[in-house]
Amino acid sequence: MTGKAERMTGARAFVECLYRENVEIIFGYPGGVLLPIYDELYDAHLHHLLVRHEQAAVHAAEGYARATGKVGVCLATSGPGATNLVTGIANAYMDSIPMVAFTGQVPSSMLGNDAFQEADITGITMPITKHNYLVQDVKDLPRIIKEAFHIASTGRPGPVLVDIPKDITTDELDFVYPDTVELRGYKPTFKGNAQQVKRAASVIKGAKRPVIYAGGGVIGSEASKELLAFAEKLKAPVTTTLTGIGGFPNDNELYLGMPGMHGTKYANYAIQESDVLIAVGVRFDDRVTGKTTSFAPNAKVIHIDIDPAEISKIIKVDVPIVGDAKQILGALLEHVSECDTKDWLNKIATWKRDFPLFYVNRNDVIKPQYILEQISEVCPDAIIVTEVGQHQMWAAQYFNYKEPRTFISSGGLGTMGYGFPAAIGAKLGRPDKIVVDVSGDGSFQMNSQEMATIVQNNIPIIIAIFNNGYLGMVRQWQALFFEHRYSHTTIENSVDFVKLAEAYGAMGIRVTKPSEVKAAIEKAVEANGPVLIDFVIEREENVSPMVPAGAAINEILDLEDIQ
Amino acid sequence: MRHTLAVLVENKYGVLARVSGLFSRRGFNIDSLAVGITEDPTTSRMTIIVSGDDHVLEQVMKQLNKLIDVIRVIDLSSEEFVERELALIKVNADASNRAEIIQIVDIFRARIIDVASKSVTIEVTGDVEKIKAIQTLLKPFGIKEMARTGIVALNRGSKSP
Ligand SMILES: Cc1ncc(C[n+]2csc(CCOP(=O)(O)OP(=O)(O)O)c2C)c(N)n1
Ligand SMILES: [Mg+2]
Repeated sequence: MTGKAERMTGARAFVECLYRENVEIIFGYPGGVLLPIYDELYDAHLHHLLVRHEQAAVHAAEGYARATGKVGVCLATSGPGATNLVTGIANAYMDSIPMVAFTGQVPSSMLGNDAFQEADITGITMPITKHNYLVQDVKDLPRIIKEAFHIASTGRPGPVLVDIPKDITTDELDFVYPDTVELRGYKPTFKGNAQQVKRAASVIKGAKRPVIYAGGGVIGSEASKELLAFAEKLKAPVTTTLTGIGGFPNDNELYLGMPGMHGTKYANYAIQESDVLIAVGVRFDDRVTGKTTSFAPNAKVIHIDIDPAEISKIIKVDVPIVGDAKQILGALLEHVSECDTKDWLNKIATWKRDFPLFYVNRNDVIKPQYILEQISEVCPDAIIVTEVGQHQMWAAQYFNYKEPRTFISSGGLGTMGYGFPAAIGAKLGRPDKIVVDVSGDGSFQMNSQEMATIVQNNIPIIIAIFNNGYLGMVRQWQALFFEHRYSHTTIENSVDFVKLAEAYGAMGIRVTKPSEVKAAIEKAVEANGPVLIDFVIEREENVSPMVPAGAAINEILDLEDIQ
Repeated sequence: MRHTLAVLVENKYGVLARVSGLFSRRGFNIDSLAVGITEDPTTSRMTIIVSGDDHVLEQVMKQLNKLIDVIRVIDLSSEEFVERELALIKVNADASNRAEIIQIVDIFRARIIDVASKSVTIEVTGDVEKIKAIQTLLKPFGIKEMARTGIVALNRGSKSP
């Protein structure tokens, strides 16, 4: 520990700690037990964004983290404030996003008494945080906050919650911020084992049909440059999962698109016929693998991951390498050379030609895929944030991503209502970027109250509602597997979204014709303010292709086969 | 397969909840769990008996290791180790059968630690088999109550893993 100790309250120390962690923005919502902290925030030198619902604070913190690579920070009061964070914490946990969530708590003396607005938030979030703390002594506060940021951002990143009883914020301490953390039980492996790297290299050496299957770990470890160099050196094709999108340039000819349920046919075929599957920063999610027993049946599997518990959790791995993806790909690069993949790449080119991603455009009704192509054209460098549903899958399929951190979507948890607040966080983290929330009419209504936040703070976000009047993804499953019985998935005429935007003081545009799509996007970009576009789209468009749940991923069907 | 794990953890509040929560959440079965402080007051030691195949064991150990408060996880059953459990058994007893019970207690090198007019309380230490055996022999007299500590274990030899 260094520096002279200054006497201060816990609330003041809280703000000091955030300074030491170089936090530039926190997303929060006040309440009784947070009054001392909010009083300190009144003239603190950091940006606090007041949201309209705590769920938005936690999603915004995650959007910020995903767009910048820094730790996202949110703050909520005890009881209902804290429980409103739960979905967002679970979301960050599933997608391994670095986040520190602070919650106020009733005074220590009242803990356990069912006091007003008491909720056992450390108990509630135990299974959905990487770690959590209940501060019991103000003297521990700096150490705990230091540890929280360290744990959240190192190893496999994830959310850490710090619960601060009110008396801790008013008690005094001699403030010293620790320089280092000492955690006996936490020593993540960063550098890959040299022997394993060599073993992997020798497996790769003989590969004739290699496939690189890359995920969110590539984004998290900033490994996209290494991934590109690695793929190009091997001449091996690359598929990126939903959370890995942007980790590999989509216009590169080695790119296969997304694998799995709504992936491309050729990504799935390539995985199934591969002889060496190089999995980097992925966890073999069921949406990717389909039926696990027939996943990549002939492949030797190399798995690079920071989390040892992911190795052989779902699929038996032949060569595991535990550590940081960037470091390991860098090390592997020195041991590998070009594989003989000429025939393999030819075969893949044939698949790409014969089984492309496609839709049938029309000029009388707006096709959702067409909107994405137009967004891609008008603002090719935008950050695309999505909600959850059909529009999310189209956003994954039809936008041309070139860089990491330009596609932000709820992967593991699949949280409707995530995108809009996450877009707010992304925009505040990357003000230089155009940020588009690709939204569904259902999802948007889960956090539409944040219109007030973006208008009040003039945060330029383009909300593109893909309005099909349905909880479309669920409707698609009902169409395919439940004889078109659309049980409780019709939400048409819920609200006039344009008027809703206007009621909040934002610009609203309604688009009903394909010919107006591009102009509307251009207008929204030009406005450089909060804009909502209500795209009235083909109501019963399906996401295609599709692997039915539980099938092998090469049993992937086109729209026509499905209907 | 039955595995005996030694789990060294921070001696902090909430650690037991983190460990037991992990087991229930991930569907791992705990056959026995015992916790106590170690020679170092900041460290507690849990002895956990789990059953499952190699895949389950591997996941249990890795998931435990991911908990920040878990310092080390050792699979004692991968080597030679000793394990013991202590049980207290209250058995119906009166003048007519007390001698017979004492005989059983002697054979098992157990001890009688409380005597009342209608019962005796026996303390027995041993491995699972031994406790099962004495339990079987005492059963005909009528076991009124029984409490077990759960198994604790250390590896054999002078090294501390
Ligand atoms: C919070 C939450 N509740 C329910 C679901 C289940 N669900 C998945 S997609 C979907 C429909 C989404 O509708 P919409 O936002 O309109 O998108 P669309 O599929 O129509 O593009 C639902 C209900 C979910 N993912 N998240
Ligand atoms: Mg919809």
